[in-house]
Amino acid sequence: MRRARWVSWLIMAICTVYFATPLLCTFEFSLRLKRGEYSFAAYENVFKDSRFQETFLYSTVLSAATIVFGTLLVVPTAYWVQLRLPRLRPVVEFLTLMPLVIPAIILVFGYVRIYNSSSILPMTSASWSTDMLLGCSYITLALPYMYRAIDTGLQSIDVKTLTEAAESLGAKWPSILFGVILPNLRVAIVSSAFLTFATVIGEFTMASLLDRPAFGPYLQLIGASRAYEPSALAVITFLITWGCMGVIQLLGRGRRGSVSASAY
Amino acid sequence: MTPLPAETVPPSRSLAAPAAPISFAWLGVAPFFVFAVLFLVLPTLHLVVGAFQDADGNFTLRNLANLFQPQIVASFWVTIKISMISAVGGAVIGFLLAYAGVMGGLPRWVRPVLMTFSGVAPNFAGIPLAFAFLATLGRTGLVTALLFSVFGFKLYDTGFSITTFWGLILAYLYFQIPLMVLILVPALDGLKKEWREASDILGGNGWHFWRHVAIPILWPSLVGTTLLLFANAFGAVATAYGLTGSGINLVTIMLFAQIRGDVLHDQNLGYAISLGMVVITVLSNLAYIVLRARTRRFQ
Amino acid sequence: MAFLEIENLRKTFGANTVVQGFDLAVEKGEFISFLGPSGCGKTTTLRMVAGFEQPDSGRIAIGNKDVTGLRANQRQIGMVFQSYALFPNMTVAENVAYGLKIARRPAAEIRARVEEMLALIKLPSMAQRYPHQLSGGQQQRVALARALSINPQVLLLDEPLSALDAKIRISLREEIRAVQRKLGITTIYVTHDQEEALSISDRIVVMNEGRIDQVGTPFEIYNRPKTRFVASFVGTLNIVQGEVLDAALGRIQIDGQEVKVSRGLNGLASGATQAFALRPEAVTLGEGGDGRNRLRGTIDQVSFLGSVVRIRVRLKDNAILLDTFNNPNLTPPEFGSAVAVNFGTEDLLVLEGGERG
Repeated sequence: MRRARWVSWLIMAICTVYFATPLLCTFEFSLRLKRGEYSFAAYENVFKDSRFQETFLYSTVLSAATIVFGTLLVVPTAYWVQLRLPRLRPVVEFLTLMPLVIPAIILVFGYVRIYNSSSILPMTSASWSTDMLLGCSYITLALPYMYRAIDTGLQSIDVKTLTEAAESLGAKWPSILFGVILPNLRVAIVSSAFLTFATVIGEFTMASLLDRPAFGPYLQLIGASRAYEPSALAVITFLITWGCMGVIQLLGRGRRGSVSASAY
Repeated sequence: MTPLPAETVPPSRSLAAPAAPISFAWLGVAPFFVFAVLFLVLPTLHLVVGAFQDADGNFTLRNLANLFQPQIVASFWVTIKISMISAVGGAVIGFLLAYAGVMGGLPRWVRPVLMTFSGVAPNFAGIPLAFAFLATLGRTGLVTALLFSVFGFKLYDTGFSITTFWGLILAYLYFQIPLMVLILVPALDGLKKEWREASDILGGNGWHFWRHVAIPILWPSLVGTTLLLFANAFGAVATAYGLTGSGINLVTIMLFAQIRGDVLHDQNLGYAISLGMVVITVLSNLAYIVLRARTRRFQ
Repeated sequence: MAFLEIENLRKTFGANTVVQGFDLAVEKGEFISFLGPSGCGKTTTLRMVAGFEQPDSGRIAIGNKDVTGLRANQRQIGMVFQSYALFPNMTVAENVAYGLKIARRPAAEIRARVEEMLALIKLPSMAQRYPHQLSGGQQQRVALARALSINPQVLLLDEPLSALDAKIRISLREEIRAVQRKLGITTIYVTHDQEEALSISDRIVVMNEGRIDQVGTPFEIYNRPKTRFVASFVGTLNIVQGEVLDAALGRIQIDGQEVKVSRGLNGLASGATQAFALRPEAVTLGEGGDGRNRLRGTIDQVSFLGSVVRIRVRLKDNAILLDTFNNPNLTPPEFGSAVAVNFGTEDLLVLEGGERG
């Protein structure tokens, strides 16, 4: 084992180079807008761009909606399955894992066809309903890890005992859910919220195919038309991703399994 | 909308009480099932059914037959190749990295750093990852420039381009390797120290241990995870689109163009392509699940 | 020369000295237990014998051959782990055959040896099972067969029974001892369970804080503990503080009452405080006859343990536990009553090592 240590260092070194180089290069590239000197001019351009502000705000609001409605959808389901309907567990787990199996592009293809303007549920006919559809598609994207994080969280707090304790004190089920269960799931929910945000904020395929003014398509547009701004945007996105994961790591410290690990 | 049966029950307590727990319990999961049917099951079914229909809705196998035209076969093939190479490459490198980080005798701080990074990197896929690789190995990328100014090496004279086959694989590895590490580290943790010691004391060396004990135990999760990486690469769109536009004829890119503007001039052929993709990802995921179940037995 | 010699072994992990000054000579075919609480260094010592840990200094020799610098896979030692450590991907037969396969023995020999080993542990029908299909006790027996298959010079067992149920523990320890006797294999057995060590060993090494406190037969260890630690770790024991009145005459006093000690006081100064050990089963209620020591106190605790009643008699600073057999025709003595207890002059054992442990 002692002889193998330099091999380990070598593997680490090669991988570090591979993973660090694109980040460093991107950062360096993003500073080169002004000829002959390093500057944050590309970042200034990005932040001043009204489309950046609009699309970023749009994606932020949408991801917030995704988190709220996704949580409202998943928590009661996971709670109910664990407490009352354990028979349904395999079905529910299968459905929550479907988005990992069916590629996103296939799902959105289906949406475009089913919910077009001539269908029974013409969600793509108005922009507000298309926004809703995109939100729903983001919920499906987040479903696998959201469900797992919350299900694991529920298992660790022993819902059954908590519920029975609350019932014996005369609590009704909405107050059990909002007063007892949700507060105990804070870490699980916040972790999955940040993971959802990191995933949704730069999402391209769905937003682009549903033709919404989201941050992902904006990134692509800038990539096709500008030289240095894309790098600045990549750095910004990376910092956002890193920030979200940092929060999750901090929250998950001392708990078994992180959210991202259980998502796959 | 027809009212739900539960609502038709008169609010007489004595009558409702015995039935209530059941209908009430189902009510709790109803929103989820409605959502799942609307946004997971129906869209998939629609495409699958559409793959077997002609433009007028009659049953046909012509769409599936049309899949075998050279352009589509070629795009499936190149997508499979890229997914396979990036999956196997990601698995092998990821395995070495996980091994080095967990069992390689490195200082303690290495492991949490590795795990944290592996949690972040897979989420850094898509358009921003494409930008990063363009800034690094694109025609004007920093590494490309450095190779020329330091070594006089013209990378693009070798036929390499970040926007082609190998360039795309190089970019895909950026999320494939960490994903492998993320899944494999728990599996490596499952290798008990005592197994190694038992092998040693019975006269075995490192090779014996890995050949007869560790690899056979890890095999299902190694192969299974590789399949998962394959499915992961196979369904990816954004990284390739951001990197190459439509430069590489990937199935996903083709489908992307088809959804946007019916470039194939055949709606149902688009469904057939979707069906083909679903079949491939479902098969590799099924294999993953089967192998996963076999590993569990050991632990 | 003894068969297995351990000389002046020392091991530190960082600033922690885990084992020091460890000397032991084990005869061929002997069954030795390392007994002590967790963290006393017994497992580390065993792992140094196995070759999993390198001692900082000292020497280990097996059959007159220095093995200190050899790796584990060159020592020809059998080891049984607490967690069984069977290879989960192999059948019972493949597990037992592993060491032989690595040594490239001919297939026919391996087959015969596996059969012989499975017969030895009385599991011949389980050859094709996988470890996860066996009970814990069965797994540990397979682990024993696997360790013995390579004909090891020394067999090491690291708390092999502590993951098992109480009942299986007793039957399996008898079986281990029987197999060991049959093969005449030199064995070191690590345990924290004093009853286990007493019942199974030829000799026991009691360890405390990285050192050997006492080496001896189970009889010696139990009846003549040398240190306060050994006395308290092995069995239940009264430890009383006495003041030496006259060492030559064997006179001491405990809480102001004079008693006699028949041995071990030599060299102690008058007025010195000294710890003595007294087994509960050596003490009886009542005045006792001539030549016996007598102490008076009040009963401040009565525990009914079934066949035995344990009574605590408070003197002043000291208290003495004593065991009496349960007698259904007598009511147990009452709490608070004044009593006398008596014991032989040879039952008071002088403990060395002062306050250590």
